[in-house]
Amino acid sequence: MSRQDFLRRMPEAARAFSRPTRLAERFHIDFFLLLLLLALTTIGLTVLYSASGHNLPSVEKQASFFMIAYATMFVVAQIPVDFMRRMAPFAYVGGVLLLLAVTIFGDISMGAQRWLQIGSFRFQPSEIMKLAMPITIAAFLSAGHLPPRFSRVLAVLVLIGIPTALIIEQPDLGTSILVATSGIMVLFFSGLLWRYIAAAVAVFGASLWPIWHYMLHDYQRQRVLTMLDPTQDPLGTGWNIIQSKTAIGSGGLSGKGWMEGTQSRLDFLPEGHTDFIIAVMSEEFGLLGVIFLLTVYALVIIRGLTIAVKSQNTFGRLLAASVSSTFFVYVFVNMGMVSGMLPVVGVPLPLISQGGTAIVALFAGFGILMAISTEQKRVMTPQP
Amino acid sequence: MKRTSDQSPRSDIIRPQRNSAFEPRTARPAVQPNRKPLKVARWRFYSVGVVLAILVAVLIVHVASLQVLPNADKGYEFLQDQGESRTLRTETIPAYRGVITDRNGDPLAVSTPVSTLWANPKILLQAPHRWADLARALNTNKAELEARLARYGTKEFMYLQRQMSPDAAQAVLALDIPGVYEQVEYHRYYPAGEVAAHLVGMTDVDDRGQEGMELAYDAWLTGENGAKEVLKDLRGRTVKELRLVKAARPGQNLTLSIDLRLQYLAHRELKKAVEESGAVAGSIAILDVLTGEVLAISNLPSYNPNDRARARGTGLRNRVITDLYEPGSTVKPWVILAALESGKFKPEDVIDTNPGYFMVGSKPIKDHRNYGAMDLSMAIAKSSNIAMTKISFALETNTVRDMFARLGGGQPVGTGFPGEGTGNIPVLKPLQKIERANISYGYAMTMTPLQVVQAYGVIASGGIKRPVSLLRVDTPPEGQRIVEKRYTEQVKEMLKRVVAAEGTGSRAKAISYSVAGKTGTAFKAVNGRYSNLQIASFIGMAPVDNPRIVAMVIIDEPKGAGVTANGGYVAAPAFSKVAEDALRMLQVTPDNIGKPEETTPLVAEPANNASKKPAVTQTASNGRSDT
Repeated sequence: MSRQDFLRRMPEAARAFSRPTRLAERFHIDFFLLLLLLALTTIGLTVLYSASGHNLPSVEKQASFFMIAYATMFVVAQIPVDFMRRMAPFAYVGGVLLLLAVTIFGDISMGAQRWLQIGSFRFQPSEIMKLAMPITIAAFLSAGHLPPRFSRVLAVLVLIGIPTALIIEQPDLGTSILVATSGIMVLFFSGLLWRYIAAAVAVFGASLWPIWHYMLHDYQRQRVLTMLDPTQDPLGTGWNIIQSKTAIGSGGLSGKGWMEGTQSRLDFLPEGHTDFIIAVMSEEFGLLGVIFLLTVYALVIIRGLTIAVKSQNTFGRLLAASVSSTFFVYVFVNMGMVSGMLPVVGVPLPLISQGGTAIVALFAGFGILMAISTEQKRVMTPQP
Repeated sequence: MKRTSDQSPRSDIIRPQRNSAFEPRTARPAVQPNRKPLKVARWRFYSVGVVLAILVAVLIVHVASLQVLPNADKGYEFLQDQGESRTLRTETIPAYRGVITDRNGDPLAVSTPVSTLWANPKILLQAPHRWADLARALNTNKAELEARLARYGTKEFMYLQRQMSPDAAQAVLALDIPGVYEQVEYHRYYPAGEVAAHLVGMTDVDDRGQEGMELAYDAWLTGENGAKEVLKDLRGRTVKELRLVKAARPGQNLTLSIDLRLQYLAHRELKKAVEESGAVAGSIAILDVLTGEVLAISNLPSYNPNDRARARGTGLRNRVITDLYEPGSTVKPWVILAALESGKFKPEDVIDTNPGYFMVGSKPIKDHRNYGAMDLSMAIAKSSNIAMTKISFALETNTVRDMFARLGGGQPVGTGFPGEGTGNIPVLKPLQKIERANISYGYAMTMTPLQVVQAYGVIASGGIKRPVSLLRVDTPPEGQRIVEKRYTEQVKEMLKRVVAAEGTGSRAKAISYSVAGKTGTAFKAVNGRYSNLQIASFIGMAPVDNPRIVAMVIIDEPKGAGVTANGGYVAAPAFSKVAEDALRMLQVTPDNIGKPEETTPLVAEPANNASKKPAVTQTASNGRSDT
């Protein structure tokens, strides 16, 4: 039997035998994505060291969060994609219950009720929802006809609406936007008819006025106004924006150099190590640094979308597309708000800003991407 | 089930999957033959990719507009300015004030760096729990601190403690109390203390000259503050020094003419003389005849320039330079000088002072007693007012007055010392007889002690007048001939007789050096009338043949009456001691060894009983002298 014949008859075996299984594949690691993530976390720790004012302990704490996050990613990557799909309803219901628990028992921190304390472990259930949402919507839509019918679209909207509303109530506008976005992205990628999209845009446009007047909190309204003209309230809500724009502008083309930024290190920039960390980076590494960082982010998103395109099952494809594009929204909203283009909604810069639960949740998302990415190979791997 | 092969014709069809709670209950065909969903999906990915690319581009353009793109209104230049205006501060570097030394380089005023702690009350007020710590560290009580904080509550600057030792300041700063900052300053220290206080002067707490040479040469001593650019954080703490804008230029050093050894000596002897005589004040000055430099200058009462808080009032006056007085009998040698120069008198000329008084108009001019007829040198030795009046009357109206003026009377000495006195010697009209008489024995005119010293310097140097200097003079000035040497030599010979046994200044004799000088005892004018209070003085030179120094001792209001309050009694001994030791310190060869002369008792008689009080008129311009 010629090799050609053999391959024609047993294509699967050919795959398995013609190329040795890489270790990365065996452990469901997407090597390129891992490389990009390592680059981002390195940049993150570097900038954080400067932004926190040479505070080694806080960098070490962040590094340990990264360790937990990488471990989480590795574990999640091992979960069969199909298992995720089946667990979707439980994740969703569990997530909503936790959100309800937050509104009832949650810790109030910095004016918002976002935290849930279990033993010595404190976390934000809204972060769980960031993952549960795309999984749920992807599972729901992939179970039916695509593109989804109107009734299912309505159902999806309800599924998105419940947790989003709960998170808005905490209040945490930034997270609720991300959670809603992750669900809507699934809906979009599922091939939602353009007329539905047009209708949604129309409805959204029409609802802006009532949202502005009845739904938004005062501080949220203020943030939008402040974005439009930060000098209106330079010592209050405009302070952050003015200071962050000043810091960004001070950077110039190539920046002042690592740990040479004055605005952030000298306490002029509020929240310099969390949401506004990109201002620190802009000041110290300039426009070139920002472009470099954006490039790495873009590569991550491109890699994520590539995984989505390559995925051979609908659930995985929708989920990967949602996770990747939500990641982009993360980056875009953060940088947009810090540079004064968008209102301040409290979205951290993924992998760079200091934070615990948020980072673990992000890495769990990358774990999902890796699981989807290596799903084909999982099947290919010859069983002993 | 999943498709596993790319070759499968249906591999890229999006297929609904089962085993899910979301599975529609109604069974539907698992596979749909059309490929539309896939195309839609692909399109979605492309469109999403395009949207993402556009958004990233927007983001980059926006950031670039903040960072590098030119923008007239609020572009990067504006933002960079804003950034710098928040953090960049220019701080002054205090300049080191020049050192004042004596002629040999011994320090008289030096600056040492000290720390001043200040607070921003607005910040400090927000940390009341730290006030107790701060008060303890500053060694003050908390209530006081709180009171001050309340007073400065709306301000942003308040001194906590000025001029502490740097160690103590660091200890306070180590507490890291918000709103407490340090500032480096210089503290002026005066090693010689009250001994040289009047000449050296002092600075205020801000290091600006307030008195004496510190004030006169403030610009010279003051350096130019430098500036440095520093980074400050939100709390106003200096984080980093970026660059030196301008280096601080330290002030120049100032070398005074005084010799600290002589200064100590003079001060000590003056103090002794003042204490022994129970006087209220006293002055002493030593002039270097060869150079015109003041080698010592001291006054009592003095003050401690290291304790500014208590440096007040009359103690601050450098009386030698600033105070005007009627020099009294010390002017008599100048009258003789004028007489000799006029050619109308010779040293051996005899003047009859009988009967011991001399009427000028209705005013009697008196001597201590009737000295009878005597030559000029005896007239000086006995300090005869009558003889001086007669000489003065024998000369042109203003001859005596002009001689005084040539010797420096009524002219600024030109030391540049703040508040230097000029004095006044009035130009007389022929009819002002009594004034002519008064001037001839040192009344009705004012001079500063330094002017008197300068005039004696002319006699000592053989007729050469040199500028008096409070700074060291490296090349002695030529000087200006005022009088011919033969006349000054003749006057010097006469002055020798003053300290001889029969003279009024016999107690001025030094052991190893020959001296010549003149006593002076003048009544003080108080409220336009002459009082019982006296100024007793002695001024002399030594060694006589080639004088090196002129020294003057003035004792203001010595207690005691008559002879015990005279210049020859209270001031001459101090002169003797000062001249002896000063010349030795200056390594002047003794010229009087082996010729010991017994100390003779005072010749002058008690003068100040009521009957012999000066002929007092309504104005101070009229009066009389004695001794």
